[in-house]
Amino acid sequence: MKHKTFIKLFLSAFQLSACTFGGGFVIIPLMQKKFVDELHWIEEQEMMDITAIAQSSPGAVAVNASILVGYHVAGVIGALITVLGTVLPPLIIISIVSFFYTAFRDNVIVNMAMAGMLAGVAAVICNVVITMGKGIFQKKRVLPVVVLFASFVAVRFIKINIILIILVCAVIGVADTLYLDKKGRQA
Amino acid sequence: MIYLELLWSFFQIGLFSIGGGYAAMPLIQSQVVDVHPWLTPTQFADIMTIAEMTPGPIAINSATFVGIQVAGIPGAIIATTGCILPSCVIVMTLAYIYYCFRGLKMVQGVLAGLRPAVIAMIASAGITLVIMSFYGERVLPVDLSGINIISLIIFAIGFFVLRKWNVNPIYVMMGAGVAGVLLYSIV
Repeated sequence: MKHKTFIKLFLSAFQLSACTFGGGFVIIPLMQKKFVDELHWIEEQEMMDITAIAQSSPGAVAVNASILVGYHVAGVIGALITVLGTVLPPLIIISIVSFFYTAFRDNVIVNMAMAGMLAGVAAVICNVVITMGKGIFQKKRVLPVVVLFASFVAVRFIKINIILIILVCAVIGVADTLYLDKKGRQA
Repeated sequence: MIYLELLWSFFQIGLFSIGGGYAAMPLIQSQVVDVHPWLTPTQFADIMTIAEMTPGPIAINSATFVGIQVAGIPGAIIATTGCILPSCVIVMTLAYIYYCFRGLKMVQGVLAGLRPAVIAMIASAGITLVIMSFYGERVLPVDLSGINIISLIIFAIGFFVLRKWNVNPIYVMMGAGVAGVLLYSIV
């Protein structure tokens, strides 16, 4: 039984990584579909937490997220299995492509497919932002919405260091929890 | 010792890149072009293009590419290992903490605080992807009329299909790739 879980974990990570075009963020909706909707290994809320931790930690988002998923399913061994599954596809593909990368880069068909795929990836990311953003707005609280827009401006236009944004948001989250707790007790 | 140098260089890249692949680019450039004479600036530009065209995190893709150029397949494996080592240690520790203490109010507070910021970061990356797909550049041009109609059509259909039927994002990306080849061949 355990053996089967390991194999499934490895194959899932491998398959998702092989499809992660256009940057690590794409792994989030792919994992959502696979581990939350299909395999039911992870809850919706937990996936949100995993996204937040993976995004706030050093390293590639896809690798970080797969470590968290693997750890949840089968502990440290699970995490090592998913890391291996995530790293192997780019390792193999780049190893092969590196021998003829100029030909690959200049290939007309490859470029047509890439241009199409880029539009598809953009649609996938926009969809995930709307789905995740909805969750924030549905809470009908002002603070998370303000933090959302403030962080967006900070990341996109002022280009403030991401580590700083993460730290500030973590502090705001803790302060907000303390405040709600206090208010709840008084009521 | 070339293997140790590769390991150490990509260890630093893995440790100091937070917030997704594009943030890692200048860091990779400094390590593999400036600090070490592993790639020429042209080769670096090539690998960034290839990394965007192939699946997987940009840091892992460039680790594999540089490793192969410098020390063959073992070099690729060692550079990749260096790149994911910080993630493995830090994220596994965080995973342990998360699964031990996620019931705690404080932990939930931190994660709730991070959530809007994470969505903002993904939204920013999504907008960059949309601009790249529609205009072929990372920043929005002054003249908006030069939009790529084929990309716009693929994006719109992909987005509609995702919102309406919640299909697997992998199919949307693959479909977009096929649509790219077909549409660009006709035009």
